[in-house]
Amino acid sequence: MSRRISYREAMREAMQEAMRADPRVFLMGEDVGRYGGTYAVSKGMLEEFGPERVRDTPLSELGFTGAGIGAALGGMRPIVEVMTVNFSLLALDQIVNSAALYRHMSGGQFSVPAVIRMATGAGRQVAAQHSHSFEGWYAGVPGIKVLAPAMVEDMRHMLAPALADPDPVLIFEHAALYNMEGELPDDCVPDIRSAKVRRAGKDVAILAYGASLHKALAAADALATDGIEAEVVDLRVLRPLDDATIMASVAKCRRAVVVDEGWRSVSLASEIMARIVEQAFFELDAPLARVCAEEVPIPYARHMEEAALPQPEKIVAAVKGMFA
Amino acid sequence: VAVGALGALTPDDNIVATYREHAHALLRGMDMGVLMAEMYGKREGCARGRGGSMHLFDRETRLFGGNAIVGGGLPLAVGLALAEKMQGSKRVTACFFGDGAVAEGSFHESMNLAALWKLPVLFCCENNLYAMGTAIERYESQVDLCVKAASYNMPAEAADGMDVVAVHEAAKRAVDHVRQGRGPTFLEVRTYRFRAHSMYDAELYRQKVEVEEWKTRGPIHTFTTRLKAEGKLTEEEFLALDAAANAEVDRAVAFAEAGTWEAIEDLATDLYSPAGAAP
Repeated sequence: MSRRISYREAMREAMQEAMRADPRVFLMGEDVGRYGGTYAVSKGMLEEFGPERVRDTPLSELGFTGAGIGAALGGMRPIVEVMTVNFSLLALDQIVNSAALYRHMSGGQFSVPAVIRMATGAGRQVAAQHSHSFEGWYAGVPGIKVLAPAMVEDMRHMLAPALADPDPVLIFEHAALYNMEGELPDDCVPDIRSAKVRRAGKDVAILAYGASLHKALAAADALATDGIEAEVVDLRVLRPLDDATIMASVAKCRRAVVVDEGWRSVSLASEIMARIVEQAFFELDAPLARVCAEEVPIPYARHMEEAALPQPEKIVAAVKGMFA
Repeated sequence: VAVGALGALTPDDNIVATYREHAHALLRGMDMGVLMAEMYGKREGCARGRGGSMHLFDRETRLFGGNAIVGGGLPLAVGLALAEKMQGSKRVTACFFGDGAVAEGSFHESMNLAALWKLPVLFCCENNLYAMGTAIERYESQVDLCVKAASYNMPAEAADGMDVVAVHEAAKRAVDHVRQGRGPTFLEVRTYRFRAHSMYDAELYRQKVEVEEWKTRGPIHTFTTRLKAEGKLTEEEFLALDAAANAEVDRAVAFAEAGTWEAIEDLATDLYSPAGAAP
């Protein structure tokens, strides 16, 4: 059995469930309370949980993210919402210089069981300062875990294990997906450890996450009409990367394309390609390819924004190039 | 500063400190040998040699670290205080930082948050007049730091940091206010750094005569002189205390010298919690 739910509602339900179950869990961030959340994710939660547990903050990303980390050190289980990944750069110091390294640097004495959620990605014509994808940068930081749900089932079921994790977990929600609806099966198994094959195939492995996953699935549909059976892997856990699932798919298909909305250079895509070269080089029948964001600030005008981002047509072209 | 301020706290209160946190750790009861071993990078150190001099941690005594990002401890202190308040505890979180931190955005964001949410934080600023090599009048438009606290609707007091009794009295007033649930306070402790900032500091930015003049006001010197004048400490007792302190340092050095190195195979241990560990 399943029911229909939006990506937005899935996270709201997950937060409500967590806060009902554990008095230590609370939500803090800009406009999470009275406004109902910038993307309306927390709409209605203030009424249920009150202003202590659905806590509006000043526009102080460094201060309130650090306070969330401190509250986690002090025994609480905060969910810190940062409005967008662009703004999270103001909090980068606390995420990287505090949360990520406290456990290791203290010789195992202090863990930081905080969850930090933020919207990422482009596609909504909000221009460069609200549209970038920096999750790949965070995925390079030892000491944190990085999740990127693309499907409603992961949006619904990744939060609980993230909160139960003693270490800091970042969740990147793609802003273009909040309105997306999907079927939520009743029997989902929470999983924040592995990638997942979303479409089985045999000719090429398309490795993607977030909104790019849906573009990869669209590309796979298009390739199927040309007789190319693409396997689509939802990376969904960006740190630690699930090498086993990635390499299994690469070994099976013998060709691979990585799709990543981050800028191409020094990207998550380049890391994944390097790992494939290290671990599965002799399985490959063709050079690897990647479809990333163009290396420009994401523009406002729709046609220019679309041109800057990975699109199904670009993925199809990259795959066909391997068979040329 | 640490002696005066920590004396006003209970052993159960939270401490967030800077990379000059050695006195805080010792006052909290950390064994000097363990501290010295950490400075040697030895496995017997409080953080197994992972943190070194700038990052002393002690979970048992609620010392949440020496933080070497200037201003980095302030948001953490705000969060610790938020956790205490939400859990209904009476703990005070004492946050130590230098005058240099006052120029950081994290100072202003943290002061605002703590005051806005009436959190139990003591913000204790050790103003030694220099941010590394830059004198305060060369980096602050307003050198009276208490004025900044006032702009966050927070009570503020400045104390003579060269007088341990004055620091203690001021800290007691500040902690009382916080403990009563009336929100955070700001305590500026006016002091001086006798030594160079670090081993690599040639001290080109200040005059030797200035340092020498401040040394005449050295808090150990003035306090013991006062005790002797008041007949509360004899020269013999002072020498005995001094000898005991030196003996403890010798013992700590010996302990650290005899310490062992963490195995290189454990390099990644404690990067993450063990699989399946409960938070």
